[in-house]
Amino acid sequence: MVKLKSVFKAYNQKKVIEDVSLEIEKGTITSFIGPNGAGKSTLVSMISRLISKDGGAITIDGQDIMHTKNNEMAKKISILKQTNAVNLKLTIRELVSFGRFPYSQGKLTKVDEAKIDEAIDYMELRDMQDRYLDELSGGQRQRAHIAMVIAQDTEYILLDEPLNNLDMRHSVQIMKTLRNLVNEMGKTILLVIHDINFASCYSDHIVALKDGKIVKQGRTCDVIDRCVLKDIYDMDIDIKEIDGRKICDYF
Amino acid sequence: MGYKMKTWILAAVAVILMVLYVVYGLTGNLDYILPRRLLKLLAICLTGGAIAFATTIFMTITNNRILTPSVLGLDSLYMLVQTIIIFFFGSNMMVLLGGTVNYLISIMCMVLFSLVLYQFLFKGEKNNIYFLLLVGMILGTFFGSFTDFMQVLIDPNEFMIVQDRMFASINNVNTDLLYISIGIIVLTFIYFMRFYKYLDVLALGREEAINLGVPYHYVVKRLLIIVVILISVATALIGPITFLGLLVVNVSYELMKTYRHFYIIWGAVLISIIALVGGQFLVERLFTFSTTISVIINFIGGLYFIYLLLKENRKW
Ligand SMILES: Nc1ncnc2c1ncn2[C@@H]1O[C@H](COP(=O)(O)OP(=O)(O)OP(=O)(O)O)[C@@H](O)[C@H]1O
Ligand SMILES: [Mg+2]
Repeated sequence: MVKLKSVFKAYNQKKVIEDVSLEIEKGTITSFIGPNGAGKSTLVSMISRLISKDGGAITIDGQDIMHTKNNEMAKKISILKQTNAVNLKLTIRELVSFGRFPYSQGKLTKVDEAKIDEAIDYMELRDMQDRYLDELSGGQRQRAHIAMVIAQDTEYILLDEPLNNLDMRHSVQIMKTLRNLVNEMGKTILLVIHDINFASCYSDHIVALKDGKIVKQGRTCDVIDRCVLKDIYDMDIDIKEIDGRKICDYF
Repeated sequence: MGYKMKTWILAAVAVILMVLYVVYGLTGNLDYILPRRLLKLLAICLTGGAIAFATTIFMTITNNRILTPSVLGLDSLYMLVQTIIIFFFGSNMMVLLGGTVNYLISIMCMVLFSLVLYQFLFKGEKNNIYFLLLVGMILGTFFGSFTDFMQVLIDPNEFMIVQDRMFASINNVNTDLLYISIGIIVLTFIYFMRFYKYLDVLALGREEAINLGVPYHYVVKRLLIIVVILISVATALIGPITFLGLLVVNVSYELMKTYRHFYIIWGAVLISIIALVGGQFLVERLFTFSTTISVIINFIGGLYFIYLLLKENRKW
């Protein structure tokens, strides 16, 4: 379980995250939604230790994230950042191999190789695994980075806008993969996502942020609601139910 | 051609140049000339290796290809520290204690300074490389000028006495410090081995390194200290060569076309040795000292530096 208690973050006196408290249960997909600049990436980065917080507490399974050994944390929680600019001469397979670093410390074992193969197959990258990252399309690169996170094989997975650059087929496929990871392997996934229809169809819980505060959090069906969405986005959004799923029409 | 093959070829070229440097034109009193040449060769190789090694680590932990310890003015600072020590203790003391004490005190000052540098380089969550570069260039020039100024203030007679022992250049290699330098380099290298495995991951950037469980601040602080010690040793042995590190590490990256530090470091070290030994061979035996290799390397390196700045500028 991930627990946030009164988390606070400011950049040059400007409050970016204010008093956010949150509990995320194991074995669920939680989506963070909200307008640009709401503080979603900041929050996710704090949970994954990439940036420091200015107040409050974050614990994962009861352990404070800042007071646990780095290597132990890296086996428990992983993150895909919103932007991934690697300017090294790396192939897809080499990038994915880095995901095993917390376990192998650079010396890959048979088990590591198997996990890497599995992650590459999951993202359908097998036939281009030896191509260099700088020779790929944006979407292919994004899939390579997701494969690296999958290879890291952590209980908790944080993804900041994983559908960036992806076409429809791959978007759906990745969301299905995430669903499988949760249902079959008991992973816990937190993701930042802009497309509320993907959030609506694939997540168990939704946390809506605005101006660094939580506007609404709860089960998906409670958050995908006309009044709530109006509050978050200042837009009138029509919600239609199709085959028991709530689809937002905001065009 | 794979990077293993390339490494072997570089090693072969380096060895050939070393042999050539020692045996070419070897006549006269062998008992005198041979040991001198060997000592000088050893000093040049150690220095070249140390600079290449330190610069590779530095570029990796700062995640850039243009900022090097020398460009930041670290070797000028080393010269300044040394001069200040002579200024305050006087030459008598220095001659009495020998260059070694000055050397060790200077290295300690540099290590303390690296902790200050650390705050500048790594404490902020985002850094502007160009700003650092500018500050580094200004400080480097300042340290250099201030060193000259202090040297003028020192009593000329006294200065003559210490100059030869304290301030090395490639034609005046400080062989007194050779053995202790070897000791320091070996110890530093043994210490470095504990952090070696993190280099490849650190090259992915700070955030990726943290995500993959690298104790980031702990590791980077220690790597920076290693860099500063190596640069101090190199400067003590043959004096500053500003653009050598920049040149050899970039060439190594271009040549090796890999991200693996094992090969990048070996490549850079060997290229550095080739450049220094080969260059020195040409300067001593062919140009008969009409120019110095530092001048040549800084000229080529300087051009390359400008090229890199222009190229990187387009990207950002
Ligand atoms: N390094 C920084 N320095 C100063 N302000 C920052 C920094 N990083 C983020 N901010 C500010 O913090 C706020 C939240 O940023 P954040 O990246 O968390 O937004 P977000 O919800 O992820 O937005 P988006 O949907 O566009 O990705 C923004 O107002 C941003 O300007
Ligand atoms: Mg964001």
